Amino acid sequence: MVKQLVFTLALLVTIGFFGFTTYRFINYFKFTKPAFPVRDLGKRLWVMMDVAIGQTKIFRQPVMGFFHALVFWGFCVIAIGSIEMIFDGLFGTERFLEFLGPVYNLISASADIFGLLVGISIIIFISRRLFFHIKRFEGIEMKPVSHKDANLALVMILALMVSLLSMNMAYYAGIQQSGKSLAGIYPVSSLLAGFLAGVEPARLGVIYEISWWSHILLIFIFANILPYSKHFHVFMSVPNVFLSRLEPLGKLPNMDSVMKEVQMMLDPNASLSAESTDVPVERFGIKDAEDVTWKNYLDSLACTECGRCTSVCPANLTGKRLSPRKIIMDVRARMKEKGPGLIKNGRLFSDHKSLVRDFISEEELWACTTCNACARECPININHPILIVDMRRYLVLEEASAPGGIKAVFTNIENNGAPWQFSMEDRLLWAQNIELRIA
Amino acid sequence: MEIRKVEVPVMADLHARGKQAEFLFWVGCAGAFDDRYQKVTKDFVKILAFLNVSYAVLGKEESCTGDPARRAGNEMLYQMQAFQNIALFKKYDIRKVLTICPHCYNIFKNEYPDLGAGFEVINYLQFLDHMILSGQLILDPQALSNVSVTYHDPCYLGRANDIYFEPRSILKKLTTNIVEMKRNRSFALCCGAGGAQMFKEAEKGDKEVFIERTEEALQTGAKVIATACPFCMTMLTDGIKYKNREEDVKNLDIAELIVQSLNI
Repeated sequence: MVKQLVFTLALLVTIGFFGFTTYRFINYFKFTKPAFPVRDLGKRLWVMMDVAIGQTKIFRQPVMGFFHALVFWGFCVIAIGSIEMIFDGLFGTERFLEFLGPVYNLISASADIFGLLVGISIIIFISRRLFFHIKRFEGIEMKPVSHKDANLALVMILALMVSLLSMNMAYYAGIQQSGKSLAGIYPVSSLLAGFLAGVEPARLGVIYEISWWSHILLIFIFANILPYSKHFHVFMSVPNVFLSRLEPLGKLPNMDSVMKEVQMMLDPNASLSAESTDVPVERFGIKDAEDVTWKNYLDSLACTECGRCTSVCPANLTGKRLSPRKIIMDVRARMKEKGPGLIKNGRLFSDHKSLVRDFISEEELWACTTCNACARECPININHPILIVDMRRYLVLEEASAPGGIKAVFTNIENNGAPWQFSMEDRLLWAQNIELRIA
Repeated sequence: MEIRKVEVPVMADLHARGKQAEFLFWVGCAGAFDDRYQKVTKDFVKILAFLNVSYAVLGKEESCTGDPARRAGNEMLYQMQAFQNIALFKKYDIRKVLTICPHCYNIFKNEYPDLGAGFEVINYLQFLDHMILSGQLILDPQALSNVSVTYHDPCYLGRANDIYFEPRSILKKLTTNIVEMKRNRSFALCCGAGGAQMFKEAEKGDKEVFIERTEEALQTGAKVIATACPFCMTMLTDGIKYKNREEDVKNLDIAELIVQSLNI
């Protein structure tokens, strides 16, 4: 009974604190702009099965992708066991899901195997971070805190797996000694239980209890640390994939706000007939946190800073300042900085800083070739180029700011309908003197 | 051997005579003005004439799609261009558009519909591959004496629109000696010209993107770097010059390779 009370209290604290944290994040979505309507649920479900559950994009780097997939699939299976532990903790039951029979055997066996596989993967991840120089983990945006976050998360996951396996081992060894019937199958722990062969039953019970409590409490703590680090990814990435932009990568979103003005310019009669709608003056493009779309912000929360985007960026590969990962991280950082002020003082709040310039320089924005390598690579379908172009839109449309060569392109297109200074009259010069040889 | 002069039909002339062409061949600014790339335009037109395709160009009425303006953030200018082009297409009742430039292809296919366009867009590689597969265009795989070719995927055909099959399918009809670069298909490295980079100085860095990509292409040992985009062509041709490999390595468009193999 005491155990149940303590457990219930721990669970309530966990849920309460998690709710408080996520409420703050969700609140900031109020200040974001529309991106696209969420339709085609069938297609979205398919993308989620393919990219998130199937891990297809992470496999673009096959070796490390494989270990990540093991961890992800392991989490999915082990989560079922964690839910069972919550029931057991609340109701004082033991192996609540045992009634599932063969299904329980499957769940317990795969969780037990994945416990080992995830543990091994995590050891590989930690050693890679500690003993190898991985270029992808470096960069101007990677601060010591990023590395600390990563190592902390890895150590916690390792501890989760160790406690899971020792719990199963103690359970299996205890059952062996008492001769009671075993609930579930434990292919890995049953082998490892040999180490506990000589341990007396009372001590096995203690090992079991310690493992059980440390496992579930670690989950509670882990769940509450995640939202404060880049590992919010654990919760946000599957929803982010489900809410992917479904358009081809080559397609930029249309600016409807500009469309009305352009139509009026092209057809003055239309402007007379069109009713002047009282649409509040909207900012063109993205200057600051409140200009990003909900998808941009969701992307930034889901990003785990893996750097696959930056590792394929042609600008970054050739030493330019642009790093697509930084752009996404900056959105999250800026919202975190400005969000409380926006909540307190409303949308017009200003702290005399902005995302463009104070976080992301013009130099970074103009280095992008819009090649979409970053977006193609991102394992959770984050789209960086759209965000970059939206910031260019702000610079060009609101400030008329662009590199000299680009300004010349604008002038040429306006004057002679081509990015170069050639007359439209000369558009057919190439067509003279074309000869076809006929055999 | 007979030599025939190719007349390029112009939409306005056809219209004046009450005629209609099946395809609009959208030449694009680079196709019309770029010294090197004009050769690709000519070669594509030769193939169209060779196949007796019913087509016409807009000629002096053609104007930038607005792509470089749009990707540089000037949505206003892009939409001005787009609305005017769409109106012109409506005037001539244009239903099918053939493009050689991937940037024109992408913007027509993906972005003009948002402004009310409703025409079909076909990239020349899709068109040519269809002609080959349907038996209308027959290529001799020996004609180029099995020259080694590597293909550089343009971002706006590849990642932007998932066109990876057609260029390779065509090249397989031209040579059995295709060597892929380390980064190919959806992994392909940009030539460095997209997103209006073509028209500005590169930001400070330790290398030019086009050199990085040219080096990768040269590593394959291929004698021909095949491209399918005017900007990629400018970049890789420059790269070959920069690397002093003009003597032994050529940068050719897929349309040029077809014309060479047909010997037309």
